[in-house]
Amino acid sequence: MIWNPEQETLSRDELSRQQSENLKRLVRNVYDNVPFYRNRMAEHGVRPDDIRGLADIVKLPFTTKNDMREVYPLGLLAVDREKILEVHTSSGTTGKPVVDAYTARDLDIWSEGMARTLSMGGCTAADTVQNAYGYGLFTGGLGVHYGARRIGANILPISGGNTRRQLEVMQDFGSTILTCTPSYALYIAEFAAENGIDMAQMKLKSAMLGAEPWSESMRAEIENRLHVKAYDIYGLTEIIGPGVASECEAQNGLHVFEDHFYPEIINPESGEPVQPGEKGELVITTITKEGTPILRYRTRDISFFIEEKCPCGRTARKIHRLLGRTDDMLIVRGVNIFPSQVEHVLLRIESVKPHYQLIVDRRNKLDYLEVQVEMNDELFSDEIKELEATESLIERELHSELNIHAKVKLLNPKSIPRSEGKAKRVIDRRQIVDKQEGKI
Amino acid sequence: MIIQQISVFIENKSGRIYEVAAVLAEKNVNIRSLALADTASFGVLRMIVDKADVAYEALKAAGVTAKISEVVAIEVPDQVGGFAAVMKVMSEAGINVEYMYAFVEKNQDNAVLIFRFDDVRKTLGLLKGKGLRILQAKEVLSL
Repeated sequence: MIWNPEQETLSRDELSRQQSENLKRLVRNVYDNVPFYRNRMAEHGVRPDDIRGLADIVKLPFTTKNDMREVYPLGLLAVDREKILEVHTSSGTTGKPVVDAYTARDLDIWSEGMARTLSMGGCTAADTVQNAYGYGLFTGGLGVHYGARRIGANILPISGGNTRRQLEVMQDFGSTILTCTPSYALYIAEFAAENGIDMAQMKLKSAMLGAEPWSESMRAEIENRLHVKAYDIYGLTEIIGPGVASECEAQNGLHVFEDHFYPEIINPESGEPVQPGEKGELVITTITKEGTPILRYRTRDISFFIEEKCPCGRTARKIHRLLGRTDDMLIVRGVNIFPSQVEHVLLRIESVKPHYQLIVDRRNKLDYLEVQVEMNDELFSDEIKELEATESLIERELHSELNIHAKVKLLNPKSIPRSEGKAKRVIDRRQIVDKQEGKI
Repeated sequence: MIIQQISVFIENKSGRIYEVAAVLAEKNVNIRSLALADTASFGVLRMIVDKADVAYEALKAAGVTAKISEVVAIEVPDQVGGFAAVMKVMSEAGINVEYMYAFVEKNQDNAVLIFRFDDVRKTLGLLKGKGLRILQAKEVLSL
């Protein structure tokens, strides 16, 4: 179901015209009102008048997460403080948090993006949305909340965690739409199975899942176990939160809400645009935002544009589901590895469950990758040779996918920590070694 | 003729065998014999216990990966050449032993060996009438 047919099915020409106008206005606005951008543009030798249309966007400087941290908390504010109604930030686990400050119009855009998103999953005013994203400074909880509110759906603002309660609420109030991270959706499925709760008896029809990269095979598993259609939703605090790009009924790529968030795909090394359809880093410009507008934000997310027309009728370009992040991309012995590739391999092998962890270590200056996989009843044999055959089967499959050798280690069931938010998939011990080496 | 053995997956990490032992102790399960087979990265603990079903359920409930396998107990005269005589019978019958280990207790002057074959029933048929003393489950547990 299309929430805003007028905007979502604009002709490409009309969309470009709107984008050009908005881009020009944005550049003028940040040049006049945000010293950070005025300095940056001056350094790049570009003035607002140089931006005459969309094609000129490549003349503008990029903004990185580091830039945003350096101007913490409100260095990117483009309006008077009193116009700000709400502030959200990232968790800041890897440094100073990044800040998103919303005017009334920004909250309106956010609600619109999330109303479009939830509609893609079939949400109407008759639906009940169980929102298991965390509420708070994190954008996930309130983003979904505002979108559901815009649609007029019944919201259950349960927030994350307390899985037993999640299932009770789901049953008692007949939730039809679940919103959370994909790893938490799987965790709910597992918890239900262990406690003899039949998910087929629930009224759930869709799960709108985001905030971490996941795979097509993980989607199949979630759909199967939760008896839902699972949709990938994408967003980030730096831009607005969730509701930047979302999957439609076709479940084949995410439409970027590009009338508000203009996307580019660039080569992360050169910063140049890639060829059409080529993989690269997603860059987004918030062409309509007022509070903390962002020029050419380097998302570090890897994707590519899907060029075909979408059968759903929406005209916004689609990006492929994320292939990983440039910063969780592991480089092991010079080979680029995404945790999602490992997950994909594991899900392909019968009886192996997608609970895994990658341990990267460095011994004698060489990188070692260990993939830890949980044992389960179906995999277990009391004969060593069978278990070794399982290990080597997984190793062979990993090798053919990753092109490097990974040692497989079988662990006790449930020994890999289950996450109620973003799953921690990678433990990179090499950094510690690097620091020690740095001291010498 | 068929004895139930509990096999348990042991992750290569300290404290894992203790976990298993503690579960069995708590359920008052007596371990009559055991053998640990291991590789560089994991192990399999095989045990003959007095209450296999109780042990299995308790281990499952504790989140341990376990299964019940069928093994055969054969009595061997505790003297030079006793073991060789048994293995000669198997070798001549073309029987492949998956693994084996010795029982802790003796049956009077005889040692007891536990054998795992890939097809227990077929193997028992082949061993019939070959002069080997194959013990019943209750004989093994009463040792």
